[in-house]
Amino acid sequence: MRLLNLLKIATKAIVLNKTRTLLTMLGIIIGVASVIAMLAIGEGSKESIRTTISAMGSNMITIRPGADDRGPARGSGGDVQTLTLDDYEVIKEEATTLSYITPVVNGGGQVINGSNNWPTTIYGVNPDYLNIKVVDLQSGSMFTDAEVKSASKVALIGQTVVDNVFPDGQEPVGQMIRFDNIPFKVIGVLEEKGENTFGQDQDDVVIAPYTTVQKRILAIDYLNQVMASAVSEDDAPEAVTQVTEILRSQHKLLESEDDDFTVRSMEELISTFSSTSEMLTILLVAVASISLLIGGIGIMNIMYVSVKERTKEIGLRMAVGGKGSDILLQFLIEAILISITGGLLGVLLGLGATVFIEKFLNWPTSVALYSIVISFAVCAVTGIFFGWYPARKASALDPITALRYE
Amino acid sequence: MSKEIIKIEDLKREFTMGTETVHALRGISFSIKEGEFVTIMGSSGSGKSTMLNILGCLDQPTSGLYKIDGVSVKDLNRNQLATIRNEKIGFIFQSYNLLARTSAIENVELPLLYNSKVTSEERRKRAIKALEMVGLGDRLHHTPSQLSGGQQQRVAIARSLVNNPVMILADEATGNLDTRTSYEIMSLFQELNKKGITITFVTHEPDIATFSSRTVVLKDGAIMQDYLNHNVQSAAAELAKLPKQDD
Repeated sequence: MRLLNLLKIATKAIVLNKTRTLLTMLGIIIGVASVIAMLAIGEGSKESIRTTISAMGSNMITIRPGADDRGPARGSGGDVQTLTLDDYEVIKEEATTLSYITPVVNGGGQVINGSNNWPTTIYGVNPDYLNIKVVDLQSGSMFTDAEVKSASKVALIGQTVVDNVFPDGQEPVGQMIRFDNIPFKVIGVLEEKGENTFGQDQDDVVIAPYTTVQKRILAIDYLNQVMASAVSEDDAPEAVTQVTEILRSQHKLLESEDDDFTVRSMEELISTFSSTSEMLTILLVAVASISLLIGGIGIMNIMYVSVKERTKEIGLRMAVGGKGSDILLQFLIEAILISITGGLLGVLLGLGATVFIEKFLNWPTSVALYSIVISFAVCAVTGIFFGWYPARKASALDPITALRYE
Repeated sequence: MSKEIIKIEDLKREFTMGTETVHALRGISFSIKEGEFVTIMGSSGSGKSTMLNILGCLDQPTSGLYKIDGVSVKDLNRNQLATIRNEKIGFIFQSYNLLARTSAIENVELPLLYNSKVTSEERRKRAIKALEMVGLGDRLHHTPSQLSGGQQQRVAIARSLVNNPVMILADEATGNLDTRTSYEIMSLFQELNKKGITITFVTHEPDIATFSSRTVVLKDGAIMQDYLNHNVQSAAAELAKLPKQDD
């Protein structure tokens, strides 16, 4: 009953000063809205990285030659020649947690069809590749193990290559193209995958048997990498350990020696990239929190002025029977109401801004429920924290002095 | 013999100003009975304001006894004083002290908002009744800026009545009003007093005292005179004698 009455009094005071209340709220509104929008951007980019990487095959495991020098600028590992076909054979033989495995050799070059040509990358793989990368074919078919064995000059091409070397809309399957100077027969077109999060065009590829690429194009006997896929996503960490053990014994590494290869699961890749975007999110939220803090100080400022301005009113309220605690609660409730209403408006504005960012800037966003809960809770706490001092001051006034205050 | 509302015995109030002690009240004794209309007079510095603050339970005596409606005020804490003010006293101020941009009825309801025993329906009912008593039954939703000075003071009087106090305490309640309006207000006070409401009126204007049934004159913190007024003037009659105003 008493609280209800005080709530009524506080609401009334707020409604009487609409403009001032709204201006006071502005700080909180902007603070909350920016926290929500920033978190939405952060969550969104994290999620989009995850989906892109998953689309590349979340069970996927890559084995590269050379030690793991983790960091933003990793070397390609392509020049290191410690990964061989024998390694591939052994892993294929011994690893029980892998369902598919392919050697990978790759190199850049020019695809030529008549007068059209296009610079691209050729990947030499075996038929497992499609299963590992989760790619389907638009038309044609994959090459066979027999064609790998015989190093046949057959190739599958991505949509970007099709667009550039078959600009007239010819059916590429069955046509002859040249990669550098080697003629290939196109036997299939890969399904379109578009760009990945890192801006790489996944359709700008030529795929051919690794034997063909090794011997006829690159003239090498080592491998650039081995790609495999674990039986399931859960088996991926187990598979990483298993492959590491197999390779260490195959390379006859001593206990004291570091790996001369790197085994990586997609899960690890995801966490590497997520942690980068997480850092960014933390930074953005920190900046947004500062505006929330300033909003809180704005509330304290206005409440403080309001107490001064309403000294006589406070005196009257005390004279007609308002206790110190009544006055304290009234001002505290006012501060909390202002910050909570500001918080609500801020949530709405934040959601609006998020939709705007998604629609017009085309950034991936994702509003997490926790961001709303947190910023709202922070608002309520701000109200109490910054409302306390002025409210305390109001309640401590002497009724006689307050009544005579002009 | 009617009941004593106020009982004051050897009441002293001292203030310490730096190193000096100011004796604002130097041992005052008097009592007010139910149904009396008392004016407390005195020039500035007479201890009138201090007397008012103590009577209104806004301040406490340094020594001596002050009982209102049987409750000794001296030993009460801040919260208990607030409760006494809320339940036993109706305040009226010189400058009305109404809440701006707040309707008459909401202004009148104010004291009851601090009394959690009163429900919101009862609060509304009592506020309307109080406003009708002061002749503002048709101005319930006007805000102070839409009311004249006299009407604002009527709202303040309604506010002082709404909690059914044992005594109304008025501080220069006509000080801001012209003669005509102040006679109107005094006549309202007389009407209320006839209905049995005890009124204590603090003022420095001698003609106000002629409308009351008893006058206490303070000087230098002591009672100089305390007399019953056997020839109470009717404020309504005085009002009729004033020259007619052209509207």
